Amino acid sequence: MKLRYLLPIAAFGILIPVFIIGLQRDPSELPSPYIGKPAPAFALPSLQDPDVTVSSDDYAGRIALVNVWATWCVGCRHEHDFLLTLAEREDIPIYGLNWRDDREQALLWLQQLGNPYVASAFDHDGSVAVDWGVYGAPETFLIGPDGTVLHKHLSPLTEAIWQRDFLPKIDAARRN
Amino acid sequence: MLLIAPFAFAIDPGRAFDDPELQARYEEIISEVRCLQCQNESLKDSNAFLAVDLRREIRRLLSEGKTNTEIYDFLVQRYGEFALYRPRMSGKTMLLWVAPLVLLGVGAIATVSVVRGRMALPLDDGDDETDGDVRVTGRT
Repeated sequence: MKLRYLLPIAAFGILIPVFIIGLQRDPSELPSPYIGKPAPAFALPSLQDPDVTVSSDDYAGRIALVNVWATWCVGCRHEHDFLLTLAEREDIPIYGLNWRDDREQALLWLQQLGNPYVASAFDHDGSVAVDWGVYGAPETFLIGPDGTVLHKHLSPLTEAIWQRDFLPKIDAARRN
Repeated sequence: MLLIAPFAFAIDPGRAFDDPELQARYEEIISEVRCLQCQNESLKDSNAFLAVDLRREIRRLLSEGKTNTEIYDFLVQRYGEFALYRPRMSGKTMLLWVAPLVLLGVGAIATVSVVRGRMALPLDDGDDETDGDVRVTGRT
């Protein structure tokens, strides 16, 4: 008989933490279906020189970052300084995927703010971004030496996020 | 007329195919897919450039002769089940589909058992004498 009164209270007790966790999560942040799977291959003209091709083969066999950016993206400006720090500090090449941008403006941005990228691919019509499941910028993919997506981060990168989400995965990939 | 025209073409879907069958499939698909950039709009309703790009990809796949399933697979592979307003049945989405039925079942069982319990109770007809009788027989 007691169970009859305890059950609703127990159910309530379970639901409350579920709701609290649910409310704290960002509904715009979706898990990438690519985590643990091979990153899609691409080949695009370079931002700097349309005759030069930037492709996924460029980073084959190494750990690399693929950072989706654009001059219209405010968050990209926020993370730019940190990308410059990363490029200088870490032994990991950062590849830019310049998403639906204006070539002139993008070049000006790199000239004025500094260029953290070993190369930027110019995805003018957004077709590579669709292949990669990009739906917001900035987005940063961590690619393993075997070409799998180890991690994907949405929103500007910071030191704290780098240490918490990226470094452990990079260390694990290096150990293998 | 020229003043009205821009509003009429505010969102580009319009007619993408001359073939009415393809056009119907195109419209069906774009209303079933969520625009990830503006989550509460379908691709059909949205003018965000991601929606424009995804509509373009869907038109391309349709003209290549892909089936609806192949097109949904294309989107799910890139954006996950969340891209579809009606996620398909799979291991991951099973809970989503089954949970409401399970909860309904639990509710139905609870209702039936409560109602049965109440029906087993004596009816209170306001006659104290009879009530007493029932209680007495209940004890024996």
